Amino acid sequence: MQLVLEKRAERSNTIALVSPLIAIGLTIVTMSILFVILGKNPISALIVYFIDPLTDAYSLQEIAVKASPLVMIAIGLSLCYLANAWNIGAEGQFLIGAVAGSWLAVKTQGTDAGFWVLPAMLLLGAVAGALYALIPAICKVRFGASEILTSLMLVYVADLLLDYLVRGPWRDPAGFNFPTTAEFDPVATVPILVEGGRLHLGAIITLLIVAAAAVLLGRTIKGFEIRVVGAAPRAARFGGFNANQLILLTFAVSGALAGLAGIIEVAGPVGHLQPGISPGYGFTAIIVAFLGRLNPIGILIAGLFLALTFIGGEQAQIAMKIPLDVTKVFQGILLFYVLACDSLILYRFRLVFASRQVSSGTG
Amino acid sequence: MELVEAIILSVLAASTPLLIAATGELVTERAGVLNLGVEGMMIVGAACGFGGAWLSGSTIIGALCGIIAGALLSLIFAMMTLGLAVNQVASGLALTILGIGLSGLIGAGFVGERITPAPHLHIPGLTDIPLIGRILFGEDPFIYLSLALIVAVWWFLYRTRPGLVLRACGDNHVSAHALGYPVLRIRTFAVMFGGACAGLAGAYLPLAYTPFFIPGMTAGRGWIALALVVFASWLPGRLVIGAYLFGAVTILQLHAQGAGVGIPSQFMSALPYLATVIVLVLISRARTGGSTAPAALGTVFVPDR
Amino acid sequence: MLNSAPDLHSTETPLLQTVGLTKRYGDFLANDRVDIEIWPRQIHALLGENGAGKSTLVKTIYGLIQPSEGEMLWQGKRMILSGPSEARSRGIGMVFQHFSLFDNLTVAENVALGLDGKETFKDMSARLEQVSNVYGLPLDPKREVWQLSVGERQRIEIVRALMQDPKFLILDEPTAVLTPQEADQLFIVLDRLKAEGRAILYISHKLEEVKRLCDTATILRLGKKVATCNPKAETASSLARMMVGTEIKEVRAGAERKITVPRLVVNDLSLEPDDPHGVRLQHISLELKGGEILGIAGVAGNGQDELFAALSGERLSQDPGTVVIEGVAAGHLSITQRRKLGAAFVPEERLGHGTAPRMKLSENALLTGHAASGMVQRGFINTTATLKTVDRATEAFDVRKAKRDPEAASLSGGNLQKFIVGREILRNPAVLVVSQPTWGVDAGAAAVIRQAVLDLAAAGAAVLVTSQDLDELAEITDRIAVMFHGRLSQPLATSEASREKLGLLMGGSSLDEREAAHAVGA
Repeated sequence: MQLVLEKRAERSNTIALVSPLIAIGLTIVTMSILFVILGKNPISALIVYFIDPLTDAYSLQEIAVKASPLVMIAIGLSLCYLANAWNIGAEGQFLIGAVAGSWLAVKTQGTDAGFWVLPAMLLLGAVAGALYALIPAICKVRFGASEILTSLMLVYVADLLLDYLVRGPWRDPAGFNFPTTAEFDPVATVPILVEGGRLHLGAIITLLIVAAAAVLLGRTIKGFEIRVVGAAPRAARFGGFNANQLILLTFAVSGALAGLAGIIEVAGPVGHLQPGISPGYGFTAIIVAFLGRLNPIGILIAGLFLALTFIGGEQAQIAMKIPLDVTKVFQGILLFYVLACDSLILYRFRLVFASRQVSSGTG
Repeated sequence: MELVEAIILSVLAASTPLLIAATGELVTERAGVLNLGVEGMMIVGAACGFGGAWLSGSTIIGALCGIIAGALLSLIFAMMTLGLAVNQVASGLALTILGIGLSGLIGAGFVGERITPAPHLHIPGLTDIPLIGRILFGEDPFIYLSLALIVAVWWFLYRTRPGLVLRACGDNHVSAHALGYPVLRIRTFAVMFGGACAGLAGAYLPLAYTPFFIPGMTAGRGWIALALVVFASWLPGRLVIGAYLFGAVTILQLHAQGAGVGIPSQFMSALPYLATVIVLVLISRARTGGSTAPAALGTVFVPDR
Repeated sequence: MLNSAPDLHSTETPLLQTVGLTKRYGDFLANDRVDIEIWPRQIHALLGENGAGKSTLVKTIYGLIQPSEGEMLWQGKRMILSGPSEARSRGIGMVFQHFSLFDNLTVAENVALGLDGKETFKDMSARLEQVSNVYGLPLDPKREVWQLSVGERQRIEIVRALMQDPKFLILDEPTAVLTPQEADQLFIVLDRLKAEGRAILYISHKLEEVKRLCDTATILRLGKKVATCNPKAETASSLARMMVGTEIKEVRAGAERKITVPRLVVNDLSLEPDDPHGVRLQHISLELKGGEILGIAGVAGNGQDELFAALSGERLSQDPGTVVIEGVAAGHLSITQRRKLGAAFVPEERLGHGTAPRMKLSENALLTGHAASGMVQRGFINTTATLKTVDRATEAFDVRKAKRDPEAASLSGGNLQKFIVGREILRNPAVLVVSQPTWGVDAGAAAVIRQAVLDLAAAGAAVLVTSQDLDELAEITDRIAVMFHGRLSQPLATSEASREKLGLLMGGSSLDEREAAHAVGA
């Protein structure tokens, strides 16, 4: 018996819509098996993971708080991936954005600097993220170095830089030697949307970015350019589109969005700069981008779903002593299933039963 | 002299996991498949290797556990990219993400435990030769194994018929298929060899390098191994040079940190990663125009029937 | 070694017989109950249009594809092939149209991969030299394939097949890539193989060639066998009628064309290739006036692709004056700017170059139309305009498709080519550069496309046609120049360009004399 792929004459739009759902279903089945192996009741584990967070207001806000950076980064990554430019260093760009914006917060700390501080921090974060992302892009365009490897290497570098700053020059003198800056001033903090809650302005910014990306990709010639460069590079060149320019552009935009997400995270939910400000947002956003089928609306939904698993994972750890790593396993398996189901859009699967056995093998 | 000997010994030890993982990936890529999941397979190899050794008390069983874990993970990758024709870059990332999660889950029970590190070779007479004795005859067995492995891979690729067929698959899968070679099956073997090597390379870390397991202990070595294959222009001989150069960079920055040269330790720790970026740029620039990568590398192949 | 003397038995039963051979892909029947008989000492032609099922049939016989129904008999006994290596071990050899070679391996390694590895590499190399000498097909075993010409590459394929001492050899369009002289040499080899008692299945669409060489012809249409005949007793047009099923529309040159001003001028264009396996363009000059059609002949891989890239602006030249479009120095201008000057381009490769395969036709209309029409307004795409282009091309060029706006890859080769040519011609270009306009296209679509090119020239445009099909060039061009090793010959008037003359130029033989004359003149 053998699985055979047959190319479809046309991509199947129905399957393009259902495939993420099939993937989620298969992931849940696989996770149930994993829970059984871990000696947990799969039904109650799944309820803690996927249902409980949806039932109280605090968790719902927290989902939105976690989804914001994921969606923001994933939107940028989707532009890269559509253009066949593989930025996998969003985590590093996120950290650099956080560092650059925090610089201003640290420098203006305790001064009477006004309301301009936060906008300037956001701008700094975005610009720094874009510049940091341009390093691998330029190495790719100018010298042909694999952007996959260089962008990833720079994640480690960014991590070490952040570590150095909060242990060295920027450390809070009153912080009992903990590696962290002092709490940011109110003018350097992202405003909260609901009194007493955690939902902040970042959520609104994220929604605006999703809308902008949807218009860009669906309606404009630039969006068409991005799609065609990725889908058929030679045809794109024939159409007069410059792939190298697009690599630079998409890397810069995705770096800017990751950097913006970074500074919003630091100036919002976290409130100060410290190591471990990201639970792997930059990498999880890769999954969000693919689960959302590189489509802005899809990414919004996928981002909320993965944020749910973060919250559910935390609650499962508290309530059922399920290790946090289960969430990462879940995300990895989900990405595999998403990619596998996407294959159904272009191919039809068919099982072939070997009807004849012939003695001599092939080759 | 003591210091020089110590440095050389530690360079060899630091280079070995890079060399083993890169050797496996070289074979995979020569068959035309780009598996970016080396880091994920390594870290699972490390967790399973440590677990196996800790439970059994045997380094060999630990190493076997690492090999099997790496090979099994790569089999998932092969099913995705070869069986279902999924994009190799995305699948490799998925493999890494999955591997990091799995290793945390598997290793959770072993964190904080210690094992006896792999015994070093001791040949009476030879190992005791001053200066060179310990370097040539007194290492842990994995170091010799890694060198034997790369020689075997060279011999296989350039001196045997299956090696020729494997290279042919990496050059043009349509032609290989037209001549009747089972391209997907050959690539599956190549991917699994790469996975086994990555698993062994990961297992080396807790079995011989540091006698305990910590989550994330591969620290990007899988990605550096991928860069080494590019650096080596897909040639086994140059892989050895590249791996030892990188090992040297790692150890020298550690010694510099220890000596307290006044540079923040984080900057020294960033050196291997920055060196990777710089080397990739230099090597790619030197090759502008002509690429030595296998022609079919990373492309999807779906045979018609 | 050549011990294939036919015994009495094999003259009574066919060497190979297919009975009701059927291959189904989903609902599509690539082969529909095909019966064919191959006898020893026979050169058997397999004729049919593109998409008639010739490739499917020979791939089945070579074991690459498993038939859905029906069976094959080899020397009278039922044969089931597990794969090409079993086919080879029974004595079936194959020379592919798109060679099954490995560019970065040596000739000897390529040959070894086509054999079954039962001898050492050294013995194999010795035998390679012997076989290539016996048949007059010289090869340097140590060179890598990418360094070789197309003709040399085909020689590897043929020698590799002959080294298995096959009883039956399949050749798929072997002369498509050869000069007429090289083709003649191939026919000598084939006649010799036939005299040695081997059978040959010969796929070609060059009917004159088939009449001259083949003893029997089987004709396929839409997957079915429509006839088996003696090609020597038929005419080229009667064979063509059987292939197509209807009368083929003759292309009409129409009223005489008015030759006007120069619209496309190339001045001493030289360009280094951007990939190491490419060809360097050297001192190319030509002048093309409105109303004129210039053909460029040549064996594939002699710089035609590089010339197309230089003319279209996919590659830029340092010197603006090397390419002049409508009187404007354009060598440094991008493809979009050249389109705005009134130029249009149709590349050889339909899927992946001329169109993005997995994008809709309307998006593929936008691909080349975005600069010069109302398809884009202030950065936003006007989908009404892109769809209108699809509709107009569909109507004007009879593009058959399942729905209004399908993906490019879902169209058949002929229909997609009609769409691409239509997309460009509807923009009323002053200059059209088209590469291999009817390559792999059915006869009906080919006639539509050739007619469109003639009509465009009659309307005053300058047209440059690159093609490897000398018959096509003879049919539609006014003058023909030949590319060889990145150089372009002086054009000959089409009426004076005999196959022999063109063949010599395609082989590069008269190049030295012309260069000498050029030097004296300068």
